Amino acid sequence: MTSARRQRILALTPRERLAEQWARLGISPDYRCVRGPEVGMAMVRGRMGGTGNAFNLGEMTLTRASVQLTDDEGAAADAKSPLGHGWVKGRDPRHAELIALVDACAKRRDWQAAIEEGLVAPLEQALDAERHEQARRAAATRVDFFTMVRGE
Amino acid sequence: MYVAVKGGEQAIANAHRWLADRRRGPRETQELAVSQVEGQLRLAVSRVMAEASLYDPELAALAIKQASGDMVEAVFLLRAYRTTLPRLAETLPLDTAAMRIERRISATYKDIPGGQVLGPTYDYTHRLLDFLQLANAEVAPPTAAEETLADCPQVLELLDAEGLIEREEDDGAEPYDITRDPPDFPVDRATRLQMLARGDEGYLLALGYSTQRGYGRNHPFAGEIRLGTLEVEIAVEEGDAPLCIGEIEISECQMINQFGGSRETAPQFTRGYGLAFGHNERKTMAMALVDRALRAEELGETATGPAQQAEFVLAHADSVEAAGFVSHLKLPHYVDFQSELELLRRLRREHAKRTEAAGSDVGTQADDVTPRASHSDLVKEQQA
Repeated sequence: MTSARRQRILALTPRERLAEQWARLGISPDYRCVRGPEVGMAMVRGRMGGTGNAFNLGEMTLTRASVQLTDDEGAAADAKSPLGHGWVKGRDPRHAELIALVDACAKRRDWQAAIEEGLVAPLEQALDAERHEQARRAAATRVDFFTMVRGE
Repeated sequence: MYVAVKGGEQAIANAHRWLADRRRGPRETQELAVSQVEGQLRLAVSRVMAEASLYDPELAALAIKQASGDMVEAVFLLRAYRTTLPRLAETLPLDTAAMRIERRISATYKDIPGGQVLGPTYDYTHRLLDFLQLANAEVAPPTAAEETLADCPQVLELLDAEGLIEREEDDGAEPYDITRDPPDFPVDRATRLQMLARGDEGYLLALGYSTQRGYGRNHPFAGEIRLGTLEVEIAVEEGDAPLCIGEIEISECQMINQFGGSRETAPQFTRGYGLAFGHNERKTMAMALVDRALRAEELGETATGPAQQAEFVLAHADSVEAAGFVSHLKLPHYVDFQSELELLRRLRREHAKRTEAAGSDVGTQADDVTPRASHSDLVKEQQA
């Protein structure tokens, strides 16, 4: 699993649900924040006509964090313990930190499978189910217009 | 010119205390929660985010609450807040074709792949006040169809495939950013779109309307309007895959307008584009009309309407700037006004002397500037 795919699922998941699912895995190594969590902005770009040149639409709030594991294994490896990064829209430092922590843990071979199967996969399913439900609501408002023949 | 004055601290403090009380309203009603504004005044939140140029529904809702519902004040609050945050990233340009559709309609084709999807719209409502809402009657949950929505490709791509409409292609140009460097007229289309995207909706609506009424050549069709949510990606490091940071609500309007063409290129439909944060359908329609009107020069049209004057349109579109400059009239202009009073008294003395010299009794008392004198009276005196 690429970290881009995991980052996507975790950023799209509400923080409460992510925290709850993460707690179930029982992975809780010590760690420290090496950057942030920091609240800032991303400039959102659009395209003229949807496909043309980019233009700046406006900014959105964005929070980022980077963490490093400091448990026994991390401490033994000293500063070489891999960093985990998290980015999420909005201003929730805990959400960004949690994504970064999961990212750092997913770089440990023995936790990889648990994170994929016990966290990312079920969260992805939950997202898909919500999106499916929303698409059904949209589909219920789909119309067929009939053009009436005008009398002469 | 206005001058700095001292004093009034206590009065200002008391005025703000009264304002806070007014905002809170009668204590026997419950205080409005920001989450209620965010969840139940969604279109107000969308408008504030779009015009403040900052996507953050919770903060927009807070701004609306704090401003007692004054939208221009709320936009100002949120715009001011954005200056306190560092910019961490730029997003990849939004791929609106990938939008998760809530609403998608076309006024140019009846049958479109994916269909006409009304979504949660005020269209077709009867605009009758719903008195049940006075009693907070509960509403039914939305209906869900058996099947989900099919893919909804961009409608203009259909015309594009035939070459009937001008293509919008990316030449990789880096867009100008008015938040980094102030716009320097004339400005390119990317700059115009950034300014229109944060422009006041009422202002753009009026200008768009003017083009329809004949002030500027513009014969538009709503090629496609879509509202929905879109995932946002940022490029973090060179070479790495872009990262999704979440999704935002977006509104888009693609207008199709009458023909452009030249000796080299065959006649084609031209385009106007509107894009905005949140659910802002009317805003994007107005924006698309004005975007197209501002392309007059590029498309070789004679600019005849106000909506085609780029500098005029864009320099006055921002409600924060406009409200700021109009509001400054409330600041003390005591010295300025005093000098005008002096001038006016002198003019009136001279006028009185002239009329006296002409042997007429009909004149006004030289120093008699009564508070009742209307502005037009004063102007007449001055012109005399």
